[in-house]
Amino acid sequence: MSDAAVRALPSRRPVSVAVRLWPWIVALLIAVVLPWLFYDWQHGRHSGFMISVFSQMGMMIIFALSFNMLMGQAGLLSFCHSVLFGLAGYSTVHFLNAAGAGELPVPMELIPLLAGLSGFGFAVVFGYMATKQRSTAFAMITLGIVQLVTTAATMFHSFFGGEGGVKTDRVIGNSLLGREYGQAIEVYYLIVGWMMIAAIGMYFHAMTPLGRMANACRDNHERAQFVGYDPRMVRFLQFALSGFYAGIGGGLFAITYEIVTFDAVAAPLAANALLMAYIGGATTFFGPVLGAILITLLQSGVSLMSNSWLVYVGVLFIAMVTFAPTGLTGIVLEHAPIARAGLLRRLTLPYLRIAVPGLIVLFGFVGVVELLSFLTIGMAQGKRLALFGVALDIFSPLSWLVAFACLLGGGLWLSIEARYFKRVWDGLIEASRSR
Amino acid sequence: MQIGLISLLDGLVYGMLLFMLASGLTLILSMMGVLNFAHASIYMLGAYFAYQISTWIGFWPALVIAPLLCGAIGAAIEVWGLRRVHHNGHIAELLFTFGLVFIIGRAVQMVWGMLPMPYRVPTSLDFPLFSIYGENFPAYRGFMLLISGGMLFTTWLLLKKTRIGLIIQAALTHPSMVSALGHDVPRVFTLVFAGGSLLAGLAGVIAGNYFTTESSMADAMGPIVFVVVIFGGLGSLAGCFIASILMGMVQTFSVVADWSFADLISPFGITLGANDLLGEILTIPVSRIGPLVPYALLILILLFRPRGLMGTRET
Repeated sequence: MSDAAVRALPSRRPVSVAVRLWPWIVALLIAVVLPWLFYDWQHGRHSGFMISVFSQMGMMIIFALSFNMLMGQAGLLSFCHSVLFGLAGYSTVHFLNAAGAGELPVPMELIPLLAGLSGFGFAVVFGYMATKQRSTAFAMITLGIVQLVTTAATMFHSFFGGEGGVKTDRVIGNSLLGREYGQAIEVYYLIVGWMMIAAIGMYFHAMTPLGRMANACRDNHERAQFVGYDPRMVRFLQFALSGFYAGIGGGLFAITYEIVTFDAVAAPLAANALLMAYIGGATTFFGPVLGAILITLLQSGVSLMSNSWLVYVGVLFIAMVTFAPTGLTGIVLEHAPIARAGLLRRLTLPYLRIAVPGLIVLFGFVGVVELLSFLTIGMAQGKRLALFGVALDIFSPLSWLVAFACLLGGGLWLSIEARYFKRVWDGLIEASRSR
Repeated sequence: MQIGLISLLDGLVYGMLLFMLASGLTLILSMMGVLNFAHASIYMLGAYFAYQISTWIGFWPALVIAPLLCGAIGAAIEVWGLRRVHHNGHIAELLFTFGLVFIIGRAVQMVWGMLPMPYRVPTSLDFPLFSIYGENFPAYRGFMLLISGGMLFTTWLLLKKTRIGLIIQAALTHPSMVSALGHDVPRVFTLVFAGGSLLAGLAGVIAGNYFTTESSMADAMGPIVFVVVIFGGLGSLAGCFIASILMGMVQTFSVVADWSFADLISPFGITLGANDLLGEILTIPVSRIGPLVPYALLILILLFRPRGLMGTRET
């Protein structure tokens, strides 16, 4: 083995427990402190909006991580992940109703566990059908399943409550910690607790033999077969376990909102999981966490400001698929060899040069989208258009001209700068290899 | 009986419409391996384009121009989009079209607004063609049958009798061999993608005023077309045709059937209450679970015959 090859191998220093634990501890601390940053000290109450956003984030993190157990780890593109989430949510509503009536002696803290088990049960049923196939055929079966369950959910009343959904009351008067769970902040901490449990469970699952075999079947399922494993069984177990974690998320959803409708099983939610995992980065464990935070912020923040947040998400998604299939965390990780060679500083100028036309394109794009959508949707709602703090007259040709000029001119400039950036980048990767 | 005849014709109209969408999709899926989510979005674009053009210069020019526009958009998607992500594998291509669904769906809302469009049947076709047992059969449905039948015949002629058709057929089953023989397979791909989009656009033009032209029409049509493609089987246009007609019939007839599973077993002395989920499933009339039937059929066929009705290979 040559010297260079030896150095290319990752160094295997023994990592102390403290070093391995610190991201988890930091994450937990942030999650615990976060609501208090928005606490209204004057009136002595929490910001209801922020707490609901953070709660949503927590369950979406569980949901996206469990989705990535299929997409990232096992290479299975599932469109029915919302079914596992939503059906567990429906079950939880019935559990809560039973617990509230005193028929189910389960404390609130353990209700998400029951939800996870029911998610597991549904995943066994649907997984038995779907995991017979892999790749595109698997995706198509899951597409059928999500449509089937969504239509069924609007149709049957005894379990799904028809189009109106089923309601519950989360104050069941049975708690291990003596809490009421009447306030949103208590539910938020319940979510944080279960989010940590689920995330740690999924993190360690990736290291078990099953998690490793899922990777193997993703990369080369024929080879895995030759070694003596049954890829179908691996897919099935992986699907069932991811159903367990999705079920926990669905249970927390039911507890938070106290109502579950067919939206919780429908395809748009599954699409959301896909967006989160892919934009965050499906190749790393923490990618979906980042994606879930980002998409939830976009959903609750940008959707307040703009009617067309889905356009931005769609364009971001397509850009990721085309230019950065490893997602945001993947982009960051690609800098690792350059950083190891100590060449990171040489990227500063190219980044600055690409940022300027990039911002201009972004500005132009947002302008065009907002002007266009205001013309048809916003005006009907009787609003006034203000972009970047400037009130705009949508009928003046100037604003349209500026927006289009920024989009097209900036795009042209960006493509030139992108070529320069790629040249520098390739050179640096080459240099970091030869060091 | 009278319900039967009219339903049969309606089922045929709907089935042919499904076939216009599904034939393009099945060609794209079996040749390129791309599960094109945006196919139904192109169908929606066809309807909106047709509405817009028909307000300017009338329905008949729209019938020609709107599908051509959709074909051009399809070609652009293939050349500038799918080819770039091709080296990342089929899942990346699928995801690319998936992202397009969001963009096209919202773009349509941005340009035309959220409300349904007043896209109506042209007055020259707005009369009853004939009547059976006092029920009128509108001329526009006959026109739809004519267009879709003509399109079926043209596609068949194109695929069976022309040189490019033979190459497409060969590329369906042996793409690498066709490329080894010196044919430009990527160009064939572009052609097929454009052709499929053109058919989808045409379907949108004639269906937009039969149903309603609104921004949710892609979501309503997309899943059914997928069911048809998988049910018919990959690489087989004949299977696709049979599956389209079958789904058209299933959808139309299930609306008028008012019996339930409980009626089937009640002669054996078993009666059921509708109190739990099982009882509800058994006592609900078929007309209400009609939308569920295609998906149940899809899952059944994927479980027991994964290659579909007449498919030549597994998906």
